[in-house]
Amino acid sequence: MSNIPADLRYAKSHEWLKVAADGTALVGITDYAQSSLGDITFIQLPKVGAALKAGETFGVVESVKAASDVYAPAAGTVLEVNQALDANPEKVNSLPYADGWMLKLQLANPADAGALLSPEDYGKSIG
Amino acid sequence: MSEIQVTPLNAFHRRHGGRMVDFAGWDMPVQYKSILEEHKAVRQRAGLFDVSHMGEADVKGPEALKFLQHLVSNDCSKLFPGRILYTVMCYPTGGVVDDLLVYMRGADDYFLCINAGNIAKDIAWMQEQAKGFNCTVTDRSKDYGQLAIQGPKAVEIVQTLTKSVLADTKYYHFADGEVAGVKCIISRTGYTGEDGVELYCAAADTEKLAEAILAAGVPLGLELAGLGARDSLRLEAGFPLYGHEITEHINPISAGLGWVVKFDKGPFIGSAPLQADKAAGPAKKIVFFKTGDRRIVRAGSAVLNAAGAEVGQVVSGTLSPILNEAIGSALVDAAAAKEALQVDIRGTKLNLQLVKPPFVTLKKT
Repeated sequence: MSNIPADLRYAKSHEWLKVAADGTALVGITDYAQSSLGDITFIQLPKVGAALKAGETFGVVESVKAASDVYAPAAGTVLEVNQALDANPEKVNSLPYADGWMLKLQLANPADAGALLSPEDYGKSIG
Repeated sequence: MSEIQVTPLNAFHRRHGGRMVDFAGWDMPVQYKSILEEHKAVRQRAGLFDVSHMGEADVKGPEALKFLQHLVSNDCSKLFPGRILYTVMCYPTGGVVDDLLVYMRGADDYFLCINAGNIAKDIAWMQEQAKGFNCTVTDRSKDYGQLAIQGPKAVEIVQTLTKSVLADTKYYHFADGEVAGVKCIISRTGYTGEDGVELYCAAADTEKLAEAILAAGVPLGLELAGLGARDSLRLEAGFPLYGHEITEHINPISAGLGWVVKFDKGPFIGSAPLQADKAAGPAKKIVFFKTGDRRIVRAGSAVLNAAGAEVGQVVSGTLSPILNEAIGSALVDAAAAKEALQVDIRGTKLNLQLVKPPFVTLKKT
């Protein structure tokens, strides 16, 4: 069974968003996504300062099987990328909601998170 | 496409958490937990693979040897009972029908192991070519299950389950025996570059044999390994895979398999064009490469020369879990193979460093 933490919001394209009180948010991919991709071997992330639109491709996650685009769940500016994933992309497999985070965003509009799926709805969307 | 086929271990795979995929029309586990971890387990300890999808055939009759010498490129006259030969069989063009193992059981009695995706094609081809020879070719694929136990601990694990002395059977030799009470052909072969055995048994006995090996092997670090690891292990070892390094359009000379093509044994199907290719040098050749980068160079990617012109295509690519960098093979114009070669992955140019495989040091068996 996929792990779907209750304190996150989700995109249909299998990214999660964790909004902090200061209007920043962490972004990663879900347990379901990492499990579907299999062994992750390489992650390409944007530059700090990049401005992302909601739904825009922000990088590529490569597994042994395939390379998949990943999409910004909400609009914002990249404050930080998880550089530890350069050397250890498998952290996305082992800890997709913790050490496997990908981006820290300054959200353009923190209320956008409300448009994303709740944990219950995301759980239903992946059956 | 006909209905997907299953091996005798289909329920076993599901019970043990195999992630099932359609491989060449077969419902097979691509992995159980992790391709990378299964790969490392085979290099460091041992892995158990279901290879029951592979095909088997009997070639029997007074002219079995004469037929095989006509059919395949390698020299079957070098075989003796208990000896195994790796070879290809070719079309009259020199293109490859399949690669296969030839087992000699007796003077008029040979056993073949062929690729899963090619069973129907191979059997039809061989039966057609056997016309005029006093021998029969019989498809035995449904009768056999096959397990591969590979890795530095593989022989030790299987030895706990058999009275046969496995060390007495050398690499590319085989013997009949019993493992875990199951009658087997015990074959000292494999597709990983590691020491190990491949066991052929009656299809109905395969699950019993697999459970016994798993139980004996887990305390020694054996893991179930799927087709994902099988592919990365064979590529790291530099072994060809039909449909990639060898095809109907990539002959064994281009593929660097000249060592299995023996012209001095006399003519065989495809020998004339292969001899011409060998003399003149093939127009295209398979090269193996690494990149120093973790981005996998996928099959189908264009290979470029320094000027950016396409001079070939990648035919296999993966991440070497041992080297921690991308490795692969490509079919390139022979003239270009001495130049600096590159690939473009999503806008990043990566230089190919050509490597004579294996990519990793393998224990001699």
